[in-house]
Amino acid sequence: MPLVLTDEQRMVKDSADGFFAAEAPVSQLRKLRDEKQADGFDRALWTKMAAMGFAGVAIPEQYGGAGLGMVAAGLIQEAIGRNLSLSPFLSSAVLSATIIAKGGSEEQKAALLPKMAAAELIVALASDEAARHAPAHVATRAEPSGNGFRLTGTKGFVLDGNVADRLIVAARTSGADEDATGITLFLVDPKLAGVSVARKIMVDSRNAAAVALDGVQVDGADVIGEAGGGYALLEAALDAGRACLAAEMLGVAAQSFDTTVDYLKQREQFGQKIGSFQALQHRAAHLFCEVELARSATLRALQALDAGDDRAPFYVSLAKAKAGDVAKLATNEAVQMHGGIGMTDDYDIGFFMKRARAACETFGDSAFHGDRLAKLLHY
Amino acid sequence: MADTDFRAETRDWLQANCPPEMRKPVESDGAVCWGGRKWRFKSDAQKLWLERMAAQGWTVPEWPKAYGGGGLSREDAKTLAQEMHRIGARSPLSSFGIWMLGPALLKYGSEAQKQEHLPKIARGEIRWCQGYSEPGAGSDLAALRTSAILEGDHYVVNGQKVWTSYADRADWIFCLVRTDPAAPKHLGISFLLFDMASEGVSTSPIKLISGYSPFCQTFFDDVRVPAHNLMGEAGKGWDIAKYLLTHEREMIGGMDFAATGRDALHQLAKTALGDAIPGLLRADIVRHEIDALAFGLTMERVKDEAKAGQGVGALSSMLKYYGTEVNKQRQELIMAINGSDSLLWEGETKHEGDMAKGWLRSRANSIEGGTSEVQLNIIAKRVLQLPGA
Repeated sequence: MPLVLTDEQRMVKDSADGFFAAEAPVSQLRKLRDEKQADGFDRALWTKMAAMGFAGVAIPEQYGGAGLGMVAAGLIQEAIGRNLSLSPFLSSAVLSATIIAKGGSEEQKAALLPKMAAAELIVALASDEAARHAPAHVATRAEPSGNGFRLTGTKGFVLDGNVADRLIVAARTSGADEDATGITLFLVDPKLAGVSVARKIMVDSRNAAAVALDGVQVDGADVIGEAGGGYALLEAALDAGRACLAAEMLGVAAQSFDTTVDYLKQREQFGQKIGSFQALQHRAAHLFCEVELARSATLRALQALDAGDDRAPFYVSLAKAKAGDVAKLATNEAVQMHGGIGMTDDYDIGFFMKRARAACETFGDSAFHGDRLAKLLHY
Repeated sequence: MADTDFRAETRDWLQANCPPEMRKPVESDGAVCWGGRKWRFKSDAQKLWLERMAAQGWTVPEWPKAYGGGGLSREDAKTLAQEMHRIGARSPLSSFGIWMLGPALLKYGSEAQKQEHLPKIARGEIRWCQGYSEPGAGSDLAALRTSAILEGDHYVVNGQKVWTSYADRADWIFCLVRTDPAAPKHLGISFLLFDMASEGVSTSPIKLISGYSPFCQTFFDDVRVPAHNLMGEAGKGWDIAKYLLTHEREMIGGMDFAATGRDALHQLAKTALGDAIPGLLRADIVRHEIDALAFGLTMERVKDEAKAGQGVGALSSMLKYYGTEVNKQRQELIMAINGSDSLLWEGETKHEGDMAKGWLRSRANSIEGGTSEVQLNIIAKRVLQLPGA
């Protein structure tokens, strides 16, 4: 498949770029942070994102979505990265929608997906337990009980867990804590007895929650997919999320880079524009190359997911690792080249560096994905 | 033609026509086919493979059929490359004529020049070399001083070139010369084609740190060149030079990535070390492979975007800069993987010394065709439009 956008994808890109720049620029993030707003995002924006078809981008048309696939989802998240827009897009529209669309029963799909596409229902994924991403590390237990299961354990870093109407919980129905087999995915209403959700405010002003499950009784009908076979479904959703995070980091890197190049053309020292200094020109030119590499890897990963390519996990890890490294480099160089003003809270560039770091740590950093890529290549 | 039809036909044709010997990885630089009047084929299979591919026009699949090309679309050419890669088929012909002069001839050459030169390039009959750098004109190429003075219907060329790749084995040269010494430095340059067998041309190889001598000093002493061998207009040679350099840079940046049969770095590590790759070395290999893979995808994307009329342009400098740096890193890691074995310089088997020589050869990648620093200057100026760049 050629590494270019289709006409339809270019339309999605144009509308997403315009939408987020106008409706959810960095100033909105700053306002929500400063006001310590309880939800941590603007629900009116999320409703507009549904009207644009963004909330349902990865949901099939028969369930009320736009059914545009992962390249389109990635383009939306790239625009989110450029503007640091806050919404439950990644958690609900990408991760949870992927799990339900791929593994849900007909009843689950019909009950949940149309509401998710309409921004009437937010579903968050509660999978990570260790601070360093290790998707098979699931110590949360699901013991048979009544006509269902009782869930006990704790989940950390549940993106948008504090605003979720439903949680998708990875729990172990068999096996040891690190086994890939024996993991089952459950749909859990956070209002059930025994569920506690604590909002954690992160360095990037985004929401993550710590979720504790203390003997939570769920029904057999709340199992998503096969009991004990949830890991493949979880990995598929994580790969969709990782590819979209790569796209977001690409947006973060590209915007930081553009802002920095503009600054180099304006700021004067020693009686000349600092962009005329070769020491800075070469670093900027190198950064340009790095952003282009991240763009290529990200597009191929998203395309591979849409094509159902066997090599999708390989390309996803390539993209997540490369885009993560580039986003860190681009944002650190941005702060350095801005000098003192780059360190001030008044100036936006610091937000980009914070988001790059957080997105990098989410669902596996460059070391995690480099290791995964090597293992997929059998070394 | 539908992709599947072309793919199937190509697969059948390659199966029937690619000699088994030409499906093995190239074991050394000496086994690459360069063609030309002085060429001695290394085997019957090498000769046969070149002849068969040339008859199809597939040494230059995207050139027009009228000039010896295959007339293929980019998509079909990609399919051909994929099918060749699938069976490990070698490139039938390596050629500066194909990579550098050909594209410039197609764009700037007269009809007579195209008809004279392109088919011979496509068939591997004439081997070309490039006369660009001079002792006083390296990174500052436009400072070149080799002169060509029009006397009647001939130019008389005097001067010296340096770093002329394979000048001692080439049949013809495409050469930057100064035809107007009074004009501003970029405007006095012209682009001249001439036979290396002409009276007054002499070459002398330069021995490099790798022990190889791929480059020469080339001397011109009253060389008489027919005026109709001027390509484009007199004084407009710098435009052609820049256009051709973009192709050269893409070639140097992408050469090692396009090489079929080249083992991935982790394969080399597994061959040498099995599963006992030390942790930090493994991490270095992973980081290298991430960059190499992302770079390979970028080369692919740049071509796909160009075909679709998208993209940012002026990317040859990016490909040249990044591709050569990645390749240098690969060569460093090959040395590290193989430890003291990599240090062998001379030995009983002909492959001993290859690693050290390959490592040393690759140091030139970020110098030849414009240094990495020149490429970064170009990106800063043309793409980023930074002040004073």
